[in-house]
Amino acid sequence: MLELKDLNVFYGGIHALKDVSLKINEGEIVTLIGSNGSGKTTTLRTISGLEKAKSGQIIFEGEDITAKPASEIVKLGISHVPEGRRVFSTMSVYENLEMGAYIRSDKAGIRKDMEKIFNWFPILYERRNQNAINLSGGEQQMLAIGRALLSRPKVLLLDEPSMGLAPIIVNEIFEIIKDINKDGMTILLVEQNAKMALQCADRAYIIKNGSIELEGTSEELLNNDLVRKAYLGG
Amino acid sequence: MKIGTKKNMLTFGLVLAIYLVVQLLLNMGILDSYIEINMVIIGINIILAVSLNLITGFTGQFSLGHAAFMSIGAYTSGILTAKLGQPFIVGVIAAALTASMAGVIIGIPTLRLKGDYLAIATLGFGEIVRIIGLNNDYIGGAIGLNDIPQYTNWTWLYFSVVLTIFIISNFIKSYHGRACIAIREDEIAAEAMGVNTAYYKTLAFVIGAFFAGIAGALHANYFYFIKPDSFGFMKSIDILVIVVFGGLGSITGSVVGAVALSILSTLLQGIPELRMVIYAVVLFLIMVYRPQGLMGDRELKLFKKVGVVNGNASSK
Repeated sequence: MLELKDLNVFYGGIHALKDVSLKINEGEIVTLIGSNGSGKTTTLRTISGLEKAKSGQIIFEGEDITAKPASEIVKLGISHVPEGRRVFSTMSVYENLEMGAYIRSDKAGIRKDMEKIFNWFPILYERRNQNAINLSGGEQQMLAIGRALLSRPKVLLLDEPSMGLAPIIVNEIFEIIKDINKDGMTILLVEQNAKMALQCADRAYIIKNGSIELEGTSEELLNNDLVRKAYLGG
Repeated sequence: MKIGTKKNMLTFGLVLAIYLVVQLLLNMGILDSYIEINMVIIGINIILAVSLNLITGFTGQFSLGHAAFMSIGAYTSGILTAKLGQPFIVGVIAAALTASMAGVIIGIPTLRLKGDYLAIATLGFGEIVRIIGLNNDYIGGAIGLNDIPQYTNWTWLYFSVVLTIFIISNFIKSYHGRACIAIREDEIAAEAMGVNTAYYKTLAFVIGAFFAGIAGALHANYFYFIKPDSFGFMKSIDILVIVVFGGLGSITGSVVGAVALSILSTLLQGIPELRMVIYAVVLFLIMVYRPQGLMGDRELKLFKKVGVVNGNASSK
């Protein structure tokens, strides 16, 4: 469904992604695991058009989207939940969700999807008229996910949903990610929390210094000695 | 948008009533020319502040070149009415259009710039416009452009102000305005939602410049005389001060700020030696005790009624 072929991305002189290739099939949760600065976020940003690749291709449903601007890529069906949540802080929860549906004009459909989001995240419904800045970190993460879902994507890109959250909230968020996937969403999940991510995903890629080091099913990687040592704490 | 609602009719009636009452008082001579001058200054400041608020307060693009747009409008209308004998309506429309073209010119190359860098770039733009004015003999150079016919009157002023507030507050309440606010809140997130950030940042500059151009035309055709130095860096700062004083992201705040600061400035003319000191102290106090400005980002109800009734957002 979504395929990256030999992607190279530079920040000035820094070679951030080196020949990154990966593939996501419809209905899967694929996770990209790596430490700080390994190129996880850059991969997501390049897919959604926020960063431009120097060489390589991004193919989405048979179409080359490498050179398309971010606003076009959202319309094609790739929605990005940015790192650090980035909710619109002085807008209410409701308005944030409306912004998520920015590219859509089918009011009835938006209302229906909004109900669905409120079912997944009842707390957002309770707080729908509060400004997003007054939400807790976990609630903001839920809002960011809900907002991204409202553009009715085919693929959801999640950038470190566990960042800065209490373990119990992280569990809750990952449960919801699984639910969203069961509902038919294809998900590319970027994480530092390797254990959580591998337990949740079907397949995984491990990225180090901008290159893909390993790939396999989650089970394979969970039992891989190298992975256990480097990412799962023995 | 429902035009015929009771609230909108009420607002419309109120707007018209204010116009008629002031016009009547002017005709009867109760409001003398001293008050009229101050009303013109206030009106022009309202237009400038509200239009800058769209750029800086709502879209979050820090601009220090707003007086340049006013300057372009003032000179356009000045040349058309004084040198080419055109009627005022032509001058005003041409002023708005040339200023908004300048808005495109400044908007596009500064798309990649943010915060301080954008401020410096717009400041440079303002200086370029001023220097061009100083060195162009056709428009009088440093001496300025003289003998501009005085066409600006209460009618022109009042309806320009109302039009500015009406259009900009409706713009902000619209789908497009929401996109602008999203850019201010978080540009990357806005882009990830599918907002064409380049388009909206330029659009904010174009609309802001459009109304600043009108303000310039009103200024030129009221005070007979314009010179490039009247629209320098300090003028841009004055406008920015009004916007910050009233509250970034509040139309009401810009209006209140323009009225309050214009009146304060006029009152202090009686004590010229202390004028800037008191002015500075007032600003200082506001920034210390209300850093979000007088109104923060809140609006007075009256302006909400004029706005588009957004079915989703208001169904709580």
